[in-house]
Amino acid sequence: MARTISYREAINEALAQEMARDESVIVMGEDNAGGMGSPGEMDAWGGVLGVTKGLYHQFPGRVLDTPISESAFIGAAVGAATRGLRPVAELMFIDFMGVCFDQIFNQAAKFRYMFGGKAVTPVVVRTMYGAGLRAAAQHSQALYPVFTHIPGLKVVVPSSPYEAKGLLIQSIRDDDPVIFCEHKLMYDTTGEVPEESYTIPFGEANLVREGGDVTIVAIGRMVSVAMEAAGELAASGVEAEVIDPRTTSPLDTETILESVESTGRLVVVDEATPRCNLATDISATVAQEAFGSLRAPIQMVTAPHTPVPFADSLEDFYMPDAQKVANAAKAVTGWER
Amino acid sequence: MADARIARVTMPKWGLSMTAGKITEWLVEEGDEVQEGAELAEIDTDKIVGTLEAPAAGVVRRIIAGTDSSAPVGATIAVLAPAEVPDTDVDQVVAEAEEQLASGEVEEPAGPVVATVEVDGRVISYATMGEGEEVVVLVHGYGGDKNSWLFVQEPLSRTRTVHAIDLPGHGESAKDVGDGSLDTLAATVLGFLDAVGAERAHLVGHSLGGAVVTAVAAAAPGRVSALTLVSPAGFGAVDASYLRGFAEAGSRRELRPHLGKLFADESLVNRQLVDDLLRYKRLDGVETALQTLLGTLLDGDEQAIDAATLLAAVEVPVVVVWGRVDRVLAPADASTLGRAELRLVDDAGHMAHMEQPHAVVDAVEATGRKG
Amino acid sequence: MTDTLPSNTAYELTPDDLLAAYRTMRTIRDFEERVHDEFATGEIPGFVHLYAGEEASAAGVCVHLDDRDALASTHRGHGHCIAKGVDPKEMMAEIYGRSTGSCHGKGGSMHIADLSKGMLGANGIVGGGPPLICGTALAAKLKGTGGVGVAFFGDGASNQGTTLEAMNLASVWNLPAIFVAENNGYAEATSATWSVAADNIADRAAGFGMPGVIVDGFDFFAVYEAAGEAIDRARKGGGPTLIEVKFTRYFGHFEGDQQRYRADEVARARDTLDCLKRFRGRVTETGQLADHQLNEIDNEVARLIEEAVAEAKAAPKPTEADLTTDVYLRY
Repeated sequence: MARTISYREAINEALAQEMARDESVIVMGEDNAGGMGSPGEMDAWGGVLGVTKGLYHQFPGRVLDTPISESAFIGAAVGAATRGLRPVAELMFIDFMGVCFDQIFNQAAKFRYMFGGKAVTPVVVRTMYGAGLRAAAQHSQALYPVFTHIPGLKVVVPSSPYEAKGLLIQSIRDDDPVIFCEHKLMYDTTGEVPEESYTIPFGEANLVREGGDVTIVAIGRMVSVAMEAAGELAASGVEAEVIDPRTTSPLDTETILESVESTGRLVVVDEATPRCNLATDISATVAQEAFGSLRAPIQMVTAPHTPVPFADSLEDFYMPDAQKVANAAKAVTGWER
Repeated sequence: MADARIARVTMPKWGLSMTAGKITEWLVEEGDEVQEGAELAEIDTDKIVGTLEAPAAGVVRRIIAGTDSSAPVGATIAVLAPAEVPDTDVDQVVAEAEEQLASGEVEEPAGPVVATVEVDGRVISYATMGEGEEVVVLVHGYGGDKNSWLFVQEPLSRTRTVHAIDLPGHGESAKDVGDGSLDTLAATVLGFLDAVGAERAHLVGHSLGGAVVTAVAAAAPGRVSALTLVSPAGFGAVDASYLRGFAEAGSRRELRPHLGKLFADESLVNRQLVDDLLRYKRLDGVETALQTLLGTLLDGDEQAIDAATLLAAVEVPVVVVWGRVDRVLAPADASTLGRAELRLVDDAGHMAHMEQPHAVVDAVEATGRKG
Repeated sequence: MTDTLPSNTAYELTPDDLLAAYRTMRTIRDFEERVHDEFATGEIPGFVHLYAGEEASAAGVCVHLDDRDALASTHRGHGHCIAKGVDPKEMMAEIYGRSTGSCHGKGGSMHIADLSKGMLGANGIVGGGPPLICGTALAAKLKGTGGVGVAFFGDGASNQGTTLEAMNLASVWNLPAIFVAENNGYAEATSATWSVAADNIADRAAGFGMPGVIVDGFDFFAVYEAAGEAIDRARKGGGPTLIEVKFTRYFGHFEGDQQRYRADEVARARDTLDCLKRFRGRVTETGQLADHQLNEIDNEVARLIEEAVAEAKAAPKPTEADLTTDVYLRY
């Protein structure tokens, strides 16, 4: 039975269903329950934005609060994964990756390769990303390109509640290290989600909207921004094809190339800052592999090369929006040599 | 008080999830005279494109929602009336309709009511429309669900109680199919009749569902008043590669080519259809269910079910509807169908109930009358 | 509070145990000495960091470990690998970058691992091991196996944030983790006395809520006893311990290191402190073993190392097809 629930509830449900199904799945992170050693109640928070609420009581002994020691507990999650557990560790804000990056990119990511194919490290690191909450420079970045860059990691960026539940279940069942990136602005967005457990394979982009005039590839929250732009474009007779890669690593380049071969025009919408982000990655791949199909230069719609500003007026300028995407699409469809 | 002869053509509710439809083509113009059941417009619901039929005879007095416009389910999109009805009366109805459309406050007609029952320890989901004395139960095919009857359930429900069920392993029913045998599935349908308190029912089955309802009729003759079979399984040649391909496809790219085989017009396979099927296939337990059922359907590259023998034991009226260009199950030789009446349908493949729904509605009505 | 234990016990070790311990240390010593010689010929690619001189630490700890237990090492990992049971021939092949190596030539000296033996690998990142060991200890605890995790790290790593965080976490979560700080006096070219703010690394233990012990790293029996007590406590749910092992490394930080930062401590150590000499002295004095038994092991090990080098040199190198395999289990 599919019913309408929120992105937050979908993630919580994925965790609960997998923990019920598989004893080796454990959850850890700062205040994933909240209240350890405090005089008040346990599970006081259930995660800073309530995503893990309820799991502490439902699965005694399997939801572990941690001190603020990312390198220790992310590393512990990695180590535990090599010994038969399937930890889902929370890196509260992706911006904190600096204090634990080694355990992710030098340890977890490389075990399988460095150890000659003998390591299995089924760890999931859930983390919040994204601007729009006025959380300022150190709590608002979209750093999934950095993880995408690392061979040995898989990187997932779900764009809706349906995607979030299926992709998180897939992440937990996957035997490689996975970085699962949740946009903090999306937690209250809702959508139809089946009650039952289900998976969504990695490396398969979702064709969210079909259209023959321009291909728009969008990451995470930008998918709904692209869909808004597509609506506006349709009103002026431009039909956009919107593609959601779902996973930046592995990346479904085939679907993107197929679409560009048909439309000849590409816009990539990526909230991450513009140097070395997914927009540059996808654009370069398309330029190399589908040059003959392109009828206009590729347009990238991204944040500017700045830290995320605090003032709401500035942050609103910072983020890509439907207008910017529609303008880019009009630019490529109207382009003439 | 509007003239009773004025008939509103409303956006139909095809399927549980439909909330609006887009008119992609009007097949008539203002001033055309039409019979009841005539084709008026092509409507795209995102899931499928269907043809809207005239609810009554009359002249097309006004087209309210033009080509390429969308309207919510229940909205009046055109008005029919005999030529004698004055324009002013028609104008009034039109004005009301336009106001409703503009305000967005359209009264949605009651769609099917979804409920569940437990049969043999499994949750069975089903959708019910109508309150007539005759009970009709619609049973879908392999990989399908109760929504596949979206064009058929509503017309039949005007004078009947019509249940569309999800077989185990499908739709919103439990995904465990046990041994997945024909007997198990038939027992489920029989159990469903018990659960909803239906003494006797007219069973309608598509593809695998066709074989299932035949098995029910053979096993419990007192419970079945008639059978209408749409491209039923168990009567002849099968494209085994379609069934296997459907079961094994793990991605849109793998699945889409197979789905084209279902329809006479391949363009009916749209993004939403593929997406819905993928979402279904990715539910826990579905892969196992589909694999198990393959074992029931196939013996190597042949059909494993012998429905002809089962049908021979059935004494109630049976009508078989078959799309002429069915590429999954070739239309059976009439000789294998015994006393059953075979109706071949033009411009239809394996999914006559979606491609030419009126043919299936007519068949159910005809079979029912025979009984 | 830190304790310095008397190093004069040999209880609970049978003659076979003693022979095994000696064999471990001899294998490590000969392995490292040979790698030192071979490296000088230029045939070994990359960097190697040799453990010669430190054998008693690896041997004294690992003799207490079994399949339930996991171990994380450092860039100076050959000793821990051998002590945990990784095949020396596969190790040698790995150091030579051959496809017959423990990691099929994909890791090299700094990444030799054998997860089947709970050996999480030598690690190229200073301080990379302790967090991982918190994880293996957590797994053992949640699964109730009674297993422990042992993190070996150096005096340099003892200042790394990851090590400090891991010790805190191990206490907060009451993990069966043993932190073995191998203080060989130098972190690369910088002395431990300068870079470690406390007088002893073990002094930090109290700050992290766990017992701290200092042991003479040249004395197998001292290490054996301290490790035994810590591991026993951990297995019974008593939580983590910090053991500081003090000794000297015989070679440079890496092979090629001119070691201008050192004086004559190596010569003195080899002469009077050497763990193998002291072990032999002790067990023969007490009559537990005879010289000829130890000599026999010396010969066997010499042969083993000879074979290991010969086989490694003859083994094939990985090919281009191997370049992109095993990045993921399934991509």
